[in-house]
Amino acid sequence: MATEAKFLLPDLESEDAAPFWAGTARGELLVQACGACGRWRFPPRPMCPYCRSVETKWEAASGNATIWSYVVPHPPLLPAYAELAPYNVIVVALDDDPKIRMVGNLLASPEGAINEIDPASIVIGEPVRVVFQQIDDVAIPRWVRK
Amino acid sequence: MSGIKDRVAIVGIGQTAFGKGLEDTELSLACQAISMALDDCGIAPSEVDGTASFTMELNREVDIARNVGFGDVTFFSQVGYGGGAGCGTILHAAMAVATGQCNVAVAWRARKRASKASRPWAQTPQRIDDQWQWSRPFGLGRPVDEVAMLMRRYMHQYGGTRDHLANVALAFRKHANRNPNATMYDRPLTREQYMEARWISEPLCLFDNCLETDGALATVLVSADRAKDLPQKPAFVHSAAQGLPPQHQTMINYFNDDPLLGPSWAAADQLWRESDFKPADVKCAQIYDAFSPLIPLSLEGYGFCERGEGAEFTNDGALEWPDGRLPTNTAGGGMSEAYVHGFNLVLEGVRQMRGTSTSQVENADTCLVTSGEGVPTSALLLRN
Ligand SMILES: [Zn+2]
Repeated sequence: MATEAKFLLPDLESEDAAPFWAGTARGELLVQACGACGRWRFPPRPMCPYCRSVETKWEAASGNATIWSYVVPHPPLLPAYAELAPYNVIVVALDDDPKIRMVGNLLASPEGAINEIDPASIVIGEPVRVVFQQIDDVAIPRWVRK
Repeated sequence: MSGIKDRVAIVGIGQTAFGKGLEDTELSLACQAISMALDDCGIAPSEVDGTASFTMELNREVDIARNVGFGDVTFFSQVGYGGGAGCGTILHAAMAVATGQCNVAVAWRARKRASKASRPWAQTPQRIDDQWQWSRPFGLGRPVDEVAMLMRRYMHQYGGTRDHLANVALAFRKHANRNPNATMYDRPLTREQYMEARWISEPLCLFDNCLETDGALATVLVSADRAKDLPQKPAFVHSAAQGLPPQHQTMINYFNDDPLLGPSWAAADQLWRESDFKPADVKCAQIYDAFSPLIPLSLEGYGFCERGEGAEFTNDGALEWPDGRLPTNTAGGGMSEAYVHGFNLVLEGVRQMRGTSTSQVENADTCLVTSGEGVPTSALLLRN
């Protein structure tokens, strides 16, 4: 008997993050950059910690990255995630700037689920590229092997 | 006036029973622990004029004060960041006493796992507008997942193994097996049981996790002068510090230059700067252990070994009473005594200074107590 299991999703109106999610909706992985010194930062925030400028712009990342670490959660989990467990969660480091890391999942294919990769096959350092999966009104960035 | 070194002491301690589904309310548990701590040092509740607790503590000062019967309270403080707060409450209370903002300070923590605040991760709204939007939608939902991510990276970078984490779990369980108040008092743990346990978040298994506990603990702090006239041997606050490093993100600290350099490092700098002791002088420690990986990370942060050596440090029974290099969590810690947001570690530190631990370290003249690694944290060096 299936209750409607819901994935957690970002609030697309989040003050500092709205441009990021607008980007994923267009198939772009955007990173916030300082409007003054140009350095990238993630997660987005109003002030540049390097030069204190509040001018911001958004720049497209290449979408190429490497796996920095990963875990394989097992229950107890929220229902939507428990149904898929065990699945993988990865942290990737962007090729454009390896200090910019994002949490995601490794998929077998762009349409795949987060539990299709054999966790024993995941290697820290392996190259991946971004894909976007639509869940409700959100385009979630996830990753496939290159 | 310079610093707080040895100017304030913990003179009273009290704790309720630990358990699951305790009948008393959180407020009742808090009041009982505070009442016992006051009786322990023979101070009347009407003398209490300072308080410190966690921002996550659900019992407000006003409710504690009108139940236990405090007088005019002139200092009340709350410290943030969950498990990072414990030693910080002692620091705030000690600073308040040392500077004359109050004379008798109470610091406490009470918690029931059934209460709303016990499993904050399960309360995440479906639409997330804060820092958790960068991790939880992907199924990185619980603190154990967040710490497991760092541990996997640690294993890759430094070669730590599950055997090292088992060293941690087994050492604390042995100590709990000597402590009749510990949840796991009569439950021994073998390496085989550890290795065969179910996964919670690979690479972490069930026994890498702390317990979920109902209970309350409290301490009473007064000036060193006043402490001389009280019945219990004082545990002096020799040094204490909070720690929030640059570019830190609480629990999901993957976004700074060096995620394995946690808040311990920031707290340790200040802690040792103000201390007459060095890490090599410390004969016992109570290290925050919501999850086993926090032990190697904290051992490195507080300077007991070099970076990347924290896992190796746990070999050869180094954390075990009585013969280890650094008997750690001598009452069983969060993993085997009780998980009351690490506040039970403070009380065990005090017992080591009194000489009343069930795994008493011989000639222990100082004890390190730490709060959560991976969150803005705090630490405490007690001496007798
Ligand atoms: Zn800038």
